[in-house]
Amino acid sequence: VSLPGIASAAVERALTAGAGDAEAFASEAENREVRVHGGEVESLTAATQRGLGLRVWIGLRVGYGYGTDLSADGLASIAARATEAARAADEDEFAKAPHPDGEPSVVAGLSDPSRAEWSPAALVELTLAVERSALEADARVAAVEQAVYFDSAERVAISSSAATGGEYETTSCYAYLQALADGESGRETGLGFGLARGPADLDPAAIGREGAEHAAEMIGSTKPASRNCPVVLDPTVAASFVGLLGKAAGAGAVQRGRSPLAESLGEQIAAETLVLYDDGLDSAGFAAAPIDAEATPRRRTALIEAGRLQTFLHDSYTARRGGAASTGNAGRAGYRTPPGVSASNLVVAPGTASLAELLHEAADGVYVDDVAGLHSGVNPVTGVFSVGASGRAIRGGEKAEPLREFTIASDLVSMLRAVRTVGSEPRWVPFGGSVSAPPLLIGEMTVSGS
Amino acid sequence: VSPPGELLDSEVAERVLARGLVHGGEFAEVFAERRAGLTLAIDESRIESVQAGAEEGAGVRVLSGGTTYFAHVDGLDPADLERAAGEAAAALRGDRAEPQPLRAEAPSPQPIEQRPEQIPAVRKAALLRELDERARAAGEEIAQATASYAEARREVAVANSDGLLSGDDRTRVRIGAQVVARRGDRVETGAETLGAARGFELFDGDPAAIARSAAGKALTLLDAGPAPTGSMPVVVGGGFGGVLFHEMTGHGLEADHVQKGASVYAGKLGETVAQPLLTAYDDGRLPGEWGSDAIDDEGTPTRKTRVIEDGHLVGYLHDRQSAERDAVPPTGNGRRESFRHLPIPRMTNTYIAPGEAEPEAIIGEVERGFYAVSFAGGQVDPATGDFVFGVSEGYLIEGGRVTRPCRGATLVGNCLQALAAIDAVGNDFWMKTGICGKGGQKVPVGTGQGHVRIAALTVGGTA
Repeated sequence: VSLPGIASAAVERALTAGAGDAEAFASEAENREVRVHGGEVESLTAATQRGLGLRVWIGLRVGYGYGTDLSADGLASIAARATEAARAADEDEFAKAPHPDGEPSVVAGLSDPSRAEWSPAALVELTLAVERSALEADARVAAVEQAVYFDSAERVAISSSAATGGEYETTSCYAYLQALADGESGRETGLGFGLARGPADLDPAAIGREGAEHAAEMIGSTKPASRNCPVVLDPTVAASFVGLLGKAAGAGAVQRGRSPLAESLGEQIAAETLVLYDDGLDSAGFAAAPIDAEATPRRRTALIEAGRLQTFLHDSYTARRGGAASTGNAGRAGYRTPPGVSASNLVVAPGTASLAELLHEAADGVYVDDVAGLHSGVNPVTGVFSVGASGRAIRGGEKAEPLREFTIASDLVSMLRAVRTVGSEPRWVPFGGSVSAPPLLIGEMTVSGS
Repeated sequence: VSPPGELLDSEVAERVLARGLVHGGEFAEVFAERRAGLTLAIDESRIESVQAGAEEGAGVRVLSGGTTYFAHVDGLDPADLERAAGEAAAALRGDRAEPQPLRAEAPSPQPIEQRPEQIPAVRKAALLRELDERARAAGEEIAQATASYAEARREVAVANSDGLLSGDDRTRVRIGAQVVARRGDRVETGAETLGAARGFELFDGDPAAIARSAAGKALTLLDAGPAPTGSMPVVVGGGFGGVLFHEMTGHGLEADHVQKGASVYAGKLGETVAQPLLTAYDDGRLPGEWGSDAIDDEGTPTRKTRVIEDGHLVGYLHDRQSAERDAVPPTGNGRRESFRHLPIPRMTNTYIAPGEAEPEAIIGEVERGFYAVSFAGGQVDPATGDFVFGVSEGYLIEGGRVTRPCRGATLVGNCLQALAAIDAVGNDFWMKTGICGKGGQKVPVGTGQGHVRIAALTVGGTA
């Protein structure tokens, strides 16, 4: 049975089981993973996985069931679980099946068919090349903890008793490594990564070099003195913070008063120079798709323009509750969880300043290469954060000695308002969402060290 | 209690293992799993997000010359299992190897008095309503309260070509409360959890007390000032305070990191890494604790492993493969998130054993320092030893007394230095639940300790 067939059969089962409306999400993926260490293959994984999630409405109650057994009996069990779940929920006046309007968006480039032509042996060779490149890039790189390649081809089908539904197919792959460099003060680690729709578009040499450079540059690092100073955020770090901003802009958090942006619609929440889009149509980002998790067409939404918050991100529930229209931002982690508001691809519009120009402008400050503890060091309700960081000193407008074991602290809005210059060289980063960000120069931030 | 044969028939397992070794390899294993779970939440005093699911599947791995070939499938039909074995073996090229005949073992799972899935949903909803009411009753400044309930059952069976056939039946329940307090422009949050590898009997006492506790934390923070910054003595609270040891030492003792030279504890077995007052364990057998199982996910019975004895490093945490590499017995730490993951060395319940100091004295001896009662979480790079922790509840210590609450504090440091700087271990002790992430896999772990003092650690505040 086809995936859309399974999804619509699940909807039928739910209606038979007593649901007023039902929406099924079925997914099927083929995944491959290669891990290498020391020139040898550590593990080679080939896997298939299928599952289905079913959201049902009984009156104003909503429930959710999921499972991996997609036989007729299995779908009946999922339907029984979902309807039972709905009966345990309280009524919610805004709980209704989504009625998405508009045709699915046309997004080219979601899938690279050449992925399937890569044999396991070819993928092993690619992963070994990532490791080799790190070892060759710098004599101080002693080893690579591991180099990893992963790819996936996923099919998704959505069926609903209240709407047309839809289906699409994507491929994605990534490779990364953790390089280990030896210095007098001990081991240093450095991450290198790359992502693409297919292995042909990964650059193993560049990934290996990046890991090697990051590890080697940390040799001899010291703790900086505590002070307030200009800070340049690496694109990976800028992206992590933009990801947090995307969560804060979700209407669910806003409507329940749990967002630092709750009262900020139309307000100046960032420097005028900052422009941010939620772009569900940019196929360079892994969240791109013709439809969101409720089959609403994906789209491009301006979130911040001239520093002002233009809109919140909506799914059908928050749109109905907030008297707005869905922005196509229903997302889901997989078949095990129901849809909820989430950013698709967050894209910071690049500025015109090169990294060298940003450093020159900062003159005397800190370049933050990496942050740790984002999940524990940020208060999602207030946006206040204090996170561990490492990077480089900036002296005379250039990167200088390596720094570690310090923290940077601020709150999201204050930091965004303090953005002085937006860099011109963006990069896609998969941490905490799908974000494309250039480096950012923050006029002043609290750096706590010794 | 169902024997492993119910999930994984021994004849089917033997066929799957033989299929896995059809092109050679030293070792084959099939791991079968059936999991079911229910979660619900209360938000805005309304029961919502009711989710129920069931999944089953199997993972097959074949080891050959240091390489692991792994495949997993959904479903437990013998045909699916054999297909997975065929996929795992597909990339191997060699002569057929023969598995040993299987000998079934039936270890006793953690005892469950009240099976959660047999408790009607209305009682679970009622429990959440009680949490909600208790949180909101804590004061007028409580702006919001949410609470969640989760139950999960994992039945697992594992068979391998060395002749092992074993299984486990794991049930866990957990509730959590999150509270937001507001005073003018000030907004603060507090959270608390209660969980165990037990049944619904966990909630026999006064489970809603966690909601009061979460509310208390949020209210306390309304009065909080900025956290201090700089290096100072830090007293860490008991229970979830143990996450500090989990991150700064536990991960570095996982043998995969050690063997790759990606741990600051590599090559330090037998050496002094802490003061003589410190002894620590990983114990996967603690009755009912969050990180306890009868066997690990490779079928090795769980056990109590002493990792630090009187300040000396005495043991690493092993899975089957890392133990073989070091020519030591496995320690029952080969864990995996699900049948879709490979087992790797993981902690179970990790804790610093109770010491002799009175908690009051541990604080009383500090002229100026920081008291970290609980953490929002933490992170470590085992290779460099650099760690960071977000403090969810912290206070300033002045003149040997706890004086005022602080918000937004972060602790940063290096494992070896911080471990060696522990100069007091309290005689109080309790355990808390945690979810630990490593290599993209999340597993339940217990953390524990009494009050512990680190002579000097960097506090990164907002001041």
